[in-house]
Amino acid sequence: MGNHKKYWKSEIELSSDNGMIDDIKNREFVDKLPSELFLSDEKNLKNTNTNRRDFLKYLGFSTAAATLASCEGPVNRSIPYVVQPERIVPGIANYYATSIADGFDFANVLVKTREGRPIKIENNTKAKVKSSSNARVQASVLSMYDSLRLKGPMREGKEISWEELNKNIIEELESMKANNSPVALLTQTFASPSTSKIIKDFKRKYPNVKHIVYDAISESTALDAFEIAYGQRALPSYDFSYADVIVSVGADFLGDWQGGGHDLGYVKGRVPVRDKNNKAKMSKHFQLESNMSISGANADKRIMLTPTQQKIALAKIFGYISGINIGGELPEKIDLSIKQVAESLINAGKKGIIITGIDDVNAHLLTYAINDLLRSLSYKKNELSLIRNGNDKEVLKLIKDLNNQEVKGIIMCGVNPAYTLANSDDFISGIKKANFSVCFSMKNDETALESKWVGAVPHYFESWGDNEMISGNFSLTQPTIRPLFDTMQFQDCLLKWMSSESSFYDIIKDNWENNILNNTSWNQALHDGFFKSKEKKYENIYNYLDLSDYNIVANKLPSSKSLGLELVLYSKTGLGDGQQANNPWLQEFPDPITRVSWDNYLTVSKADAKELGLKNYNVSNGALDSNYANIKANGINLKVPVIIQPGQAKGSVGLAFGYGKTNGMKKEMQVGVNAYKLYHNFNSFQNVEIEPVDDNHEFACVQLHNTLMGRGDIIKETNLEIFNTKDIEEWNSVTKVSLNHIETPVNSPDVDIWDEFDSSIGHHFNLSIDLNACTGCGACVIACHAENNVPVVGKSEVRRSRDMHWLRIDRYYSSEETFNKDNNRKDGISGLSDSLSVFGQMEEPSNNPQVVFQPVMCQHCNHAPCETVCPVAATSHGRQGQNHMAYNRCVGTRYCANNCPYKVRRFNWFLYNNNDEFDFNMNDDLGKMVLNPDVVVRSRGVMEKCSFCIQSTQAVILKAKREGRTVKKGEFNDTCACSAACSTGAMKFGDINDKESQVSVLKESDRVYHLLESVGTKPNVFYHVKVRNTDET
Amino acid sequence: MTIFACILFLFSFNISAQEPDIPKGKSLFNANCASCHKLNKKLIGPALRGASERHEKEWLYSWVRNSASMIKSGDSDAIAIYEEYNKVAMNSFPQLSNEDIDNILAYSDYIPPKPAIVSNVSSNSDITNSNSTNDIILILLSFVLIVLIILLVLINKTLKNLLIQNGLLIDEKNNKKGIPIGKAFVQNQFLVIVSVVILLLSSTYFAFQYMLQIGVDQGYMPIQPIHYSHKIHAGDNQIECQYCHSSAKKSKHSGIPSLNVCMNCHENIAEYNGEEDLEKGYTRDFYTNEIKKLYKAVGWDENSQSYTEDTEPVKWVRIHNLPDFVYFSHAQHVTVAGVDCQKCHGPVEEMEVLYQHSPLTMGWCLNCHKETNIKVKDNEYYTKIHEELSKKYGVEELTVAQMGGLECGKCHY
Repeated sequence: MGNHKKYWKSEIELSSDNGMIDDIKNREFVDKLPSELFLSDEKNLKNTNTNRRDFLKYLGFSTAAATLASCEGPVNRSIPYVVQPERIVPGIANYYATSIADGFDFANVLVKTREGRPIKIENNTKAKVKSSSNARVQASVLSMYDSLRLKGPMREGKEISWEELNKNIIEELESMKANNSPVALLTQTFASPSTSKIIKDFKRKYPNVKHIVYDAISESTALDAFEIAYGQRALPSYDFSYADVIVSVGADFLGDWQGGGHDLGYVKGRVPVRDKNNKAKMSKHFQLESNMSISGANADKRIMLTPTQQKIALAKIFGYISGINIGGELPEKIDLSIKQVAESLINAGKKGIIITGIDDVNAHLLTYAINDLLRSLSYKKNELSLIRNGNDKEVLKLIKDLNNQEVKGIIMCGVNPAYTLANSDDFISGIKKANFSVCFSMKNDETALESKWVGAVPHYFESWGDNEMISGNFSLTQPTIRPLFDTMQFQDCLLKWMSSESSFYDIIKDNWENNILNNTSWNQALHDGFFKSKEKKYENIYNYLDLSDYNIVANKLPSSKSLGLELVLYSKTGLGDGQQANNPWLQEFPDPITRVSWDNYLTVSKADAKELGLKNYNVSNGALDSNYANIKANGINLKVPVIIQPGQAKGSVGLAFGYGKTNGMKKEMQVGVNAYKLYHNFNSFQNVEIEPVDDNHEFACVQLHNTLMGRGDIIKETNLEIFNTKDIEEWNSVTKVSLNHIETPVNSPDVDIWDEFDSSIGHHFNLSIDLNACTGCGACVIACHAENNVPVVGKSEVRRSRDMHWLRIDRYYSSEETFNKDNNRKDGISGLSDSLSVFGQMEEPSNNPQVVFQPVMCQHCNHAPCETVCPVAATSHGRQGQNHMAYNRCVGTRYCANNCPYKVRRFNWFLYNNNDEFDFNMNDDLGKMVLNPDVVVRSRGVMEKCSFCIQSTQAVILKAKREGRTVKKGEFNDTCACSAACSTGAMKFGDINDKESQVSVLKESDRVYHLLESVGTKPNVFYHVKVRNTDET
Repeated sequence: MTIFACILFLFSFNISAQEPDIPKGKSLFNANCASCHKLNKKLIGPALRGASERHEKEWLYSWVRNSASMIKSGDSDAIAIYEEYNKVAMNSFPQLSNEDIDNILAYSDYIPPKPAIVSNVSSNSDITNSNSTNDIILILLSFVLIVLIILLVLINKTLKNLLIQNGLLIDEKNNKKGIPIGKAFVQNQFLVIVSVVILLLSSTYFAFQYMLQIGVDQGYMPIQPIHYSHKIHAGDNQIECQYCHSSAKKSKHSGIPSLNVCMNCHENIAEYNGEEDLEKGYTRDFYTNEIKKLYKAVGWDENSQSYTEDTEPVKWVRIHNLPDFVYFSHAQHVTVAGVDCQKCHGPVEEMEVLYQHSPLTMGWCLNCHKETNIKVKDNEYYTKIHEELSKKYGVEELTVAQMGGLECGKCHY
């Protein structure tokens, strides 16, 4: 057969004159194997003592020895306490109420300890205020067991003793005091009454010390504005449960805006509960923003605006409400929407609230004015939030002073300015010039490396402390474990430097007993972890400014002109300000919106990406890649990967803080770019220039398909109007199939291919997930990690879709403006060609899509497809409704995962513990201390999945049995780690055979549906139809 | 309050000619004095041996009956003792007659004739049970033996053949009529097949049995760092299991007692005075020496009767090793089900050295779950579910298995 086609692998082969190609073609390996080198050395070969027979002897002997040795089991040692502490019973958990206050996250929490080591964090729901923990707070338990923590104090990188450090610092301080040369005390926001007292005393002893508070991600403009308006440098607190209309202009208040924790009140108004007239009410949420944030994803109406437009819009809203004409140009359609927003606010009156995240004093002044005009109930200007107190101007002045040597000494605690400052180089050169610099840090981070003295501080689990997060609400921090390393608290050091005899604990106790507790018990407060004071400190706060002042403010606000692209810097749910960047749980946590883990990136709109030449593309294994963008601003160039983000306002781009840290970090965790470099003048809005860079970046993105494609049985969504007026068939219909030509609902036993399993006796566990209450915050994902010893697999494995999360939060976009329109469009398809083209189009998300979050874990199907295909019966059904998984029985065929319609089963491709290839927490002794001793650490080659936290349900049952009683009402509520972590109450767990339980009541709701009901799996997890308060009918 | 026993400091001369009754003195000593005094060592109070030489008899009588009044009255000897022993006053024993006190003193001064010393201390090293290593060595040895036998037979045959060839021996075989058994066997195909099948089946059976017991450590009896005798504690002295293993009631772990629990008793019991097993070398000295090991670990200074804080945890060898993937709760079995410890752990009170009594295999667990009924009585938790389930299954009493005790997820998660 004469076939003269030429097949070629590379272009070079086509050019005939390339002899090298032919040469390479004829070789098996491109490089020569070094075998000759070895064999040709005859002299060496002859001289070797080991001959063939010796080799066989050794082989035989070692095989025999290994066989013999393997016949004996290992000797396990059991080492009891010498003196067992009274409160510790091996195998029983103890809980301590404490609070986290790391300068970025503030929350009241409960710490679960086993045999004296903290293993998990739960919400201290009794505290009422700041009782919700986010993903970072949940993960902070692992940061305690970080192997790269500082083990003791240091001087210029060498280990020293605390006595030496304290002695030297006192000498330095005394000499500075004698010369009256200023010393700066640069700290995080403590919000701690006793720390304030110590610092005050410290300043009295050393009058040359100036205290400067620095927040890495600043809320300084809001603080300044509040000071101007009300004469008090603090932030108002908000309670969104009173609001019917919520307007947010660029504030991600469900994320980290002003310290977060606003989701509790918000959700109270967002769940439609029918009253006696069968009508449900819910608040209406407008979000005006540039980046797609969690708040935007939850909003009823989301208006995309660039930062400049946000300012105009806010001024205009003020104008519409106060009746003053405000200048500034907005596109007509947007202007109309803004007017609508303002009208809604006016109609809502005191049930309206407006907030903003614009870093501009005028913007904050306007929201305060509007809220005062509305007499908003949600706006709590008498209950101040004290968890942000940074002062940008003072920090900038400090850098200048350091460089001019006007400040000659610096003491730092809880801050990492060498990493978090835009002009960190100036700062570093400044502290190099100082006579002495002390840095209190948990890590040998960027600032610690540059400081002369480094004090190793304990984790908050090893510390004493107190907080006043919201005025009048006090919390205590207490140690839950003895310090692991030679650490000392900053406050204790200050006391030592003041030559005080008392410890920080003495000061706290003394301060509380004299000034706070008002003759109530200290022990009770310590037990509860919090104390609510009846004293109202800020009762008489009123607005100093009048309307004419605000007119000037409102006209000043929109004056700034936008030039080119505007960058919006934001903090991601995973890493926040980057303090816990060395925490593998947080690195592997997929971002709620982009679903990308292990990275930060530039989010751009589709239109801008096309214009600029920025690309996202999938590679053959399904993973996501992009090219890079080069960001230019204020003389800084930053090369960042790109994500094309539906819902990103055209003309704006977004970039997250917290990444790109390199010091005090494991190699695997050194990912992303440092966005603080662009945080010029503490303004999260920056004008930037962007050009594409032709280079390939590999993402670890866990969800690639962007839209729901009108598949209504995954997410059921409707709006309030339809929910209130239409029949259930309209908005929560069950799929029907034909049985002998009669339409029969799929949940009818007649069309079931399985036999019904009677689960009416004993417990039957169900999990309820309310899509209206779920904000997508991801605390449950981390809680599940902690409770169930879920391994971290690393970026390259996540990229291969081998992530191990037992619980994921799926995020779907709509391809039309709303999901309902998607459904209608899909239903309107007729014919093959139409369906091909329409489905093709529907794969693309809309420019401003609706977004919905859906937590998905093992659905514990009563008719589980996985159980029927397991060849070794490793997965089976329990009477209590749980789908059991016996890891030791599993042989790893993965049939079950193939047959699972929900894709919730995870396979252990590798041994993730004691494996240098996976150098995360399970690879070192310290990191292993976080493991839950009640749950097996799975090995290679087995399937694993959510167990409904069977270890906890069994523990509750055993407790009841031991006490000879039935299980109490609500006792099962917190047994699942996810539902316990869910502060908004989106997840509720319980026994549906107990008719009084919360979950039984929830199951009766008409919003209930099951995921992929048409498959007939009869899951034990049920969802509630998402209802949005939109106008469309 | 517990009784604080007496002290006696006695005299050396007899008032009357009456001989003191040493056995009676012993019983009086044990009943009244032993918790604070030892014969030849300080405890809470001084050693009694020699007290009669240290003090006048009359002084001792009054001291025993009422020491406090003597201290008050300013008796210099009395005050000296009071000061020396941390100002702990001795209890008064007005009920003791002079004669009783004499008896006690006589007992305390009595030194029994030394028993014949049995030298058998060396045999305590071989306490470990022969384990699988020994088996394998045995198997290897027998294999070598078989090879040797075969070799011998072969050599014998060759030698014979040689002899025959050389004509030194007459071949008897060839002269015989009929076929030898071996040859007949080989020629009979049926027999060959049957025996091969039997051989294969039996070897499979033995191989299977062998493999089944891999990882089963029934009878595991390791040498512990301290020779702790459950026989003495739980058997002879009738100490409740859960006095030491107290968390078995409420936790999944039974708990190995921390050393402070041992010291609850051993602060006062510094030497062993019980029965000896001289054959195995368990002499009194041997046991007393083990108590010293405890003192060293917990940092107890016998002389000053105080803790030195110099501690060293005891690294016991764990006997009952369940795999990590099994969740077993003692509380469920001990408190809820009311299972006796001995049911799984065997006659612990008779074990001089503790060993693993049960196989601890899954089959063993499940068998028990299939046979045992739920203990419903007085447990409100079970009332409703038991009533409904037993009706469903049509039985009077439910077994653990029927309650769901065979479900994988009850023990594996």
